[in-house]
Amino acid sequence: MKLHEYQSKQIFAKYGVPIPKGRVAATAAEAREIAAELGGRVVVKAQVLVGGRGKAGGIKLANSPEEAEAQATAILSMKLKGLPVRKVLVDEAAHIATEIYLGITNDRAARKPVMMASAEGGVEIEEVARKTPEKIIKTHIDPLLGLRGYQTRDLALGIDLPKEHWKAFSKVCFGLWEAYQKSDATLAEINPLVVTEEGQVLAVDGKMIVDDNALFRHPEIAEMRDLDVEAPEEIEARKYGLSYIKLEGDIGCMVNGAGLAMTTMDVIKLYGGEPANFLDIGGGANAEKVAAAFRIILSEPNVKAVLINIFGGITRGDEVAKGILAAMEEVKPEVPMVARIVGTNAEEGRRLLANADMITADTLVEAAQKAVAAAKGGAQ
Amino acid sequence: MSILVNKDTRLVVQGITGREGLFHTTQMVAYGTKVVAGVTPGKGGQWVLDDKIPVFDTVKKAVETTGANTSVIFVPARFAADAIFEAADAGVELIVCITEGIPVQDMMRVRAYLDQKGSRLVGPNCPGLLTPGEAKVGIIPGSIAIPGNVGVVSRSGTLTYEVLYAMKQLGIGATTTVGIGGDPVNGTSFLDTLKMFEEDPQTEKVVLIGEIGGTDEQKAAQYIADHMTKPVVGFIAGQTAPPGKRMGHAGAIVEGGEGTAAEKVEALEAAGVKVAKHPEEIAHILKSL
Ligand SMILES: Nc1ncnc2c1ncn2[C@@H]1O[C@H](COP(=O)(O)OP(=O)(O)OP(=O)(O)O)[C@@H](O)[C@H]1O
Ligand SMILES: [Mg+2]
Repeated sequence: MKLHEYQSKQIFAKYGVPIPKGRVAATAAEAREIAAELGGRVVVKAQVLVGGRGKAGGIKLANSPEEAEAQATAILSMKLKGLPVRKVLVDEAAHIATEIYLGITNDRAARKPVMMASAEGGVEIEEVARKTPEKIIKTHIDPLLGLRGYQTRDLALGIDLPKEHWKAFSKVCFGLWEAYQKSDATLAEINPLVVTEEGQVLAVDGKMIVDDNALFRHPEIAEMRDLDVEAPEEIEARKYGLSYIKLEGDIGCMVNGAGLAMTTMDVIKLYGGEPANFLDIGGGANAEKVAAAFRIILSEPNVKAVLINIFGGITRGDEVAKGILAAMEEVKPEVPMVARIVGTNAEEGRRLLANADMITADTLVEAAQKAVAAAKGGAQ
Repeated sequence: MSILVNKDTRLVVQGITGREGLFHTTQMVAYGTKVVAGVTPGKGGQWVLDDKIPVFDTVKKAVETTGANTSVIFVPARFAADAIFEAADAGVELIVCITEGIPVQDMMRVRAYLDQKGSRLVGPNCPGLLTPGEAKVGIIPGSIAIPGNVGVVSRSGTLTYEVLYAMKQLGIGATTTVGIGGDPVNGTSFLDTLKMFEEDPQTEKVVLIGEIGGTDEQKAAQYIADHMTKPVVGFIAGQTAPPGKRMGHAGAIVEGGEGTAAEKVEALEAAGVKVAKHPEEIAHILKSL
């Protein structure tokens, strides 16, 4: 789950990372008030969960409360990369001398967190990684030991940070590490971390992604979820414990198991079709879950056929079929349905479904071919 | 022969009195697996499955009393890391964690700890292991596979069943099937498993079922190219998965352009692996080898 800049920076500040004075506003009038309180120059910043807000015109300087209000009015009416701006952050403008990059993420291959710093702050780190990877200094953190002081000095030395800032930089490193660890983040990033003309080290931007699997122990973070970045169907799916991702094609898929769900999509494509979604219904296939899955798949008007692929395994095929039939009774889908059930009692399951006018198939390839034909209008 | 689990496996089930734990214990016992103990904190002294399996409060007690050498974990995600630490601390050699949804930072700590202790973890977020005719540790349906000479390793659950089933239809059996799980940080990698299959005299061919995300398949490809003498058939799920989206499994995500199906297929093919276009084709390729 992604957090907004203002949320990330508040968490960073909690662990001792210095951030500019400022507050978030939902209206231009509030933005004006905050600017007046802060006095002097401020920065008005769109709070949307996309990168490159500055380049897209979502970050503006203002010299007075009136200007802040005008900038906020403009920014709050914007859409950045398709997402509406509902809030702006009004921060004191820093007198920036240099911009640095500092971040922590999970290094999957190393199975450890990695802390990264670069003297090339303020630009997209992916771009730095592509063009000049040698400019990113990395240090892996032992998950049982935590970050050690010498590692922060390795980073400072690596990015040629003047020695007078090492202490402040180290404090920011430790603050960021704690924020990352205590919030179960998969990414905690400050870009840019600035050194001001006054010699202060300050996080003027902040970004965090928190592990969805760890939200149970961070209820205060779970509440920060911004539903704008998710398709409504994905939110609905989560309620039923379904894993759903909307795609562009016209063949809806309902499958048990993530690997098999991806494979089903791939095989549809292999035989000339386009999947409309990824959907994993998980273990079992009770009528309530299947009905929810049908509603979500069919809420997409593009869908011209549905492919159901259930590998029964321990769940019995006839029970799966009964769940599907009960769900069809409730949802009454109007598009052709192709079902493939494998496992214990699969024949009985297939017979039940065929009696209910469903197209059935024995193999995944056959099911995909039939679904592609059905979506193209040449059903059966 | 086989790898990791066999007739001599003495299994302790962590979370044995839970719904999942009890159901799958019944299935494992029916398959012939030697389930010697269960653990549920607070329920030590009880017996389950017609009073045949004793329940202990701790893994240590279970190991001391029954000589268990392998554990399978069915406890909820929030307690699962603790369950793994406990099993490793009790000296269990092989720990199989079925649980899905363990926080990734927990798993990074688990890995660092296990590397010190020397226990092997398979999973988490996996279907477990099946050595047909000998032992089933986890949730793979026993009926879909027959004994044979093919080693199977996979990041997925039902997709693996699909492949085992297709193999069985053609009369092809498995030595051992290892579900290494769909999480980004896990215990046993493709590479670890390939090494074991390469050394197992009875395994003559290997099936590797990968998916998008990470670089585990690419590392496996390197090993295959450099060291493997046995033929490997591959499959990679997620050709059509959009970048930046987590496809059900926590680890199934293309990030920063890395971990695509295309790059994995390319790496495997460059290593001489025959990569199938769909799961049923795997069985046909095996037949032709
Ligand atoms: N409080 C501030 N004072 C002075 N300058 C600032 C302040 N906040 C941002 N800036 C300037 O604006 C630039 C862009 O701001 P910021 O990094 O917050 O957003 P961004 O990187 O464009 O957006 P995103 O994080 O979405 O990619 C910074 O590199 C910095 O030069
Ligand atoms: Mg930035």
